[in-house]
Amino acid sequence: MLRCGYALFWLLGSVLLICVVSPVKGEAVVTHEGSHLKLSKSSHSNESQHGHSSNATGIPIISFKWHHVETSYLVAFWMIKEKKKYILPLANREVIEANHHVTSVIPESALLICFGFILGGMIWAADKVQTFTLTPTVFFLYLLPQVILDAGYHMPNKLFFTNLGGILVHAVIGTCWNAASLGLSLWGCQMGGAMGDLDIGLLQYLLFGSLMAAVDPVAVIAVFEQVHVNDVLFIMVFGESLLNDGVTVVLFNVFDAFVSLGGPKIDAAEIIKGIVSFFVVAFGGSLVGLGFGLLISLLTRCTKNIQIIEPGFIFVLGYLSYLTAEMLSLSAILSIVFCGMCCQKYVRANMDENSVQTVRYAMKAFANGSETIIFVFLGISAIDKVIWVWNTGFILLTLLFVLVYRFIGVFFLTWILNRFRLVPLEFVDQVIMSYGGLRGAVAYGLAVMLDENKIKEKNLMVCTTLIVVYFTVILQGITMKPLVMWLKVKRAAVTEVSLLEKLTNKMFNHTLVAIEDISGQIGHNYMRSKWKYFEENWMSWILMKPSARKKQDQLLDVFHQLNLKDAMEYVTEGERRGSLEFVRNENSIIDFKKKSESESFDINNANISNDHGVMSNTSRDPIPSVSLEMHEQTMKAVREAEAINAHHLLDQHLYKSRKQHRHRFSRSHFDINRDEKEVQEIFQRTMRNRLESFTSAKMGVKPPKTIVKHTQKEQQQKMPNGKSMDKAKTSYSGDEGSEGDSASGYDQSYMRATYRAGAGIENPAFMPDLDPMDLLQIPPWLAESELDSSMVALSHRAQVGLPRTPSNLRRLAPLRISTRSTDSFTLENIPDTQQMDSDQLPPPPPPRPPRDDGYV
Amino acid sequence: MGSSSSSRNKIPNAQELMDQTGFSSAHLLRLYDRFECLDRDNRGYLSPDDFEAVGGLAMNPIGGRIIDAFFSSGQDTVDFSSFVRILAHFRPTDRNRNKEGTQQELPNSRTRKLKFAFQLYDLDRDGKISREELLQVLRAMLGLQVTEEQLQSIAERAIQEADLDKDDAISFDEFKKSLEKVDIDTKMSIGFLK
Repeated sequence: MLRCGYALFWLLGSVLLICVVSPVKGEAVVTHEGSHLKLSKSSHSNESQHGHSSNATGIPIISFKWHHVETSYLVAFWMIKEKKKYILPLANREVIEANHHVTSVIPESALLICFGFILGGMIWAADKVQTFTLTPTVFFLYLLPQVILDAGYHMPNKLFFTNLGGILVHAVIGTCWNAASLGLSLWGCQMGGAMGDLDIGLLQYLLFGSLMAAVDPVAVIAVFEQVHVNDVLFIMVFGESLLNDGVTVVLFNVFDAFVSLGGPKIDAAEIIKGIVSFFVVAFGGSLVGLGFGLLISLLTRCTKNIQIIEPGFIFVLGYLSYLTAEMLSLSAILSIVFCGMCCQKYVRANMDENSVQTVRYAMKAFANGSETIIFVFLGISAIDKVIWVWNTGFILLTLLFVLVYRFIGVFFLTWILNRFRLVPLEFVDQVIMSYGGLRGAVAYGLAVMLDENKIKEKNLMVCTTLIVVYFTVILQGITMKPLVMWLKVKRAAVTEVSLLEKLTNKMFNHTLVAIEDISGQIGHNYMRSKWKYFEENWMSWILMKPSARKKQDQLLDVFHQLNLKDAMEYVTEGERRGSLEFVRNENSIIDFKKKSESESFDINNANISNDHGVMSNTSRDPIPSVSLEMHEQTMKAVREAEAINAHHLLDQHLYKSRKQHRHRFSRSHFDINRDEKEVQEIFQRTMRNRLESFTSAKMGVKPPKTIVKHTQKEQQQKMPNGKSMDKAKTSYSGDEGSEGDSASGYDQSYMRATYRAGAGIENPAFMPDLDPMDLLQIPPWLAESELDSSMVALSHRAQVGLPRTPSNLRRLAPLRISTRSTDSFTLENIPDTQQMDSDQLPPPPPPRPPRDDGYV
Repeated sequence: MGSSSSSRNKIPNAQELMDQTGFSSAHLLRLYDRFECLDRDNRGYLSPDDFEAVGGLAMNPIGGRIIDAFFSSGQDTVDFSSFVRILAHFRPTDRNRNKEGTQQELPNSRTRKLKFAFQLYDLDRDGKISREELLQVLRAMLGLQVTEEQLQSIAERAIQEADLDKDDAISFDEFKKSLEKVDIDTKMSIGFLK
């Protein structure tokens, strides 16, 4: 457990640093143990620094306590050095990514390795020794977990489990086949004398075969991400590469043990133990991962109040799952994969949206960084005289066998699988799967871990591994894309989410379950529905926040996404045009064009006349174009005037906080200036204003009761079917005719009310917004008595220009909300009491807009 | 083949069914067994009650619709051949057969699968999915998770996505078009019927 504690300590310290620091942790720990210190000192700068400080101890006034700080000093230097060292590749990656036309031909991984060659050459030229190598410790403990965690966390679970059978067959049987066939064939070739005099026994060949067997997830991700093959093919290759790591590591350990034991001592019992250990290691690792995944889910369920650190949990616990599995000598890779896969759903549901994004980006950043470092170091490692032991026969035969047996294995296994698959894998898919068997850093890391004492030809093996890695990553990587094009492999379709599609998919699932029920079979769908039932009723209940449980349906998710997209588009458009007005304006215009019934124009005109105040009757002839024009003009004028008006009012009457823009620094919260007292005070003030306005309204103007009543009735009509607009119009057209000529304020406001009600605004307070004050022509800020009340009503006034007809509004359902919120934004600090009191009170009389002067 | 052909005799017009649906005789036999199992009174046809007796269907939010799909309008019984014809919608498409250039469209073609799905929506069978029909489906599937208003706006949006001719309803062509990218063959197929 000590190791665990260490790891946790260092991890907590550095988990939020960028990934470039992560290798340092390893060195730091090691530095404590004092074993790798040589490595850090080997660089010039460190040595000189060391020299300086030890010379300086003679000065009496300022004593340098070098030994006191030695460790941390070195650590710090290491950090800087390592940062430089790692930032360089990262910067290079930026450069590479900037040139997209390069990466479209050559995959990044290949470019990075080539860059590693150059970098290694430079180091070689400067130092004449190989300073930097990718040590297995750094690779397995600090670079690999991030990449794998990212892969697991972003795994498309449904796809994965649908194809789990195929993936497992390829990962387990395929890998064993690769290892055995390669080892045996090489041994056979040596027996046949194909590669001269080599001191390698059968077991050692098998060991070599096992480390070469695994398809490398890092390399596969790097290449396939850029090729965009179809989902099923991708998940087959990717899933296999993830899961077979467990197999490889187990195989490697078993053969390693066998090699140590020596040939004669191996009996049936040992072999059986080896097989048992394989299952224990694989399933144990997965279980550890699942356990940690559940733990993460549980933790995020109750981190509502510490949102700042909740993303950290995922990294810390994910990493811990890796370390724990490693500590128990279970499969660490499987552990972290399943940890990520298990927690993803609940984490996304439980955490705040910001945290989810943070996790996503941090995860990608870590993974990308690690990936870059891994590939560059694979390149750098090549520039080392020691490892280059050439044996043409061995190397070429290995390359050949690796490729050939991969093809044979994939085709044979797929042939078997296709007899059971619903949609068989096609021939071209199989070719790509075989060709996608890239070897990578895992193989290299394992090769470096070989014990030189037991295996005499270690360097040859390392060298061969490197060549195989280069061959597969660079050559196969580069040719992958042309091959995919040439074979016309089905590519991943760029999908646009659509609600109907999602709904129909859901329906398909239910249908299939039902059909399986009817035809009396227990198939995939049946199992899936059972699992889903269990998941929804038990797992979610335990692992998810109650609030998140309600909206976990994907359909809602899609709906939310679509709405968000709309809103974003509107904002962008608004910013382009300078304001969001166009939403109101444009829609009303389009709408007028669409609806050319005289009735609607009647109302339009009424509306305009309303805006004009006095000239209600004169502009009543229903010529579409004219009224449109005028309407727009007036609207503009209204808006400008309104804006000035609003600013003035807000300036004068909004609550001015005494501590303006007091940005409070807080480690755990982002929000600023949310003093409870302040909010309280604002609330009270607003309430007082409301009360005043209420009394003044009651005493003074008394809006007719009918308005409220009508509007409410209307709303009820509107709710059940969305198209009550017409009904509303017809039902009120009579009144309109009779009252229209009177041109009183009430009438107009009444008509507006009906109109707006049709437009779907639920809040009755938004409706009547004209009052006798209109006729007095007093600028609002002069009418002292009415001011306070108008402050609130102003927001309603601003709503005049909302999209006008029901069809439009329904379309802009999300927008309606956003308009309202824009409004509340204008009146920033007024709490949401409008709804409350306006339901009961007659609406406060709004100010009279000043623009009449221009028209009268 | 000998044993199966002898037991095949008890299935009425087996050969014709095989031609029409593409099922093999083994499949037909299996389905016939199931049919007899569902037909508890040995009447030779199934009524809606027989379907409702199937355990899982009661829990299925669209179980009722699926049952309805088996009964062509006006009838309240389904015999074995109709039963098989409905199930044939869910047979996976096999590429080889299509290449032979079959004279008639098999029920497991893409269009037929889609048509089946469409009919699950289209309760009044007027060839259009109206807003109300969509709402009902949504209500069944989303259940109590959401408010009625949300359901309405979702339905509204879904209709607008697909509705090309602006008649406020989704016709079959529009339905087909909006599901163009969906891999129907995979999603409307069941393994054992292969």
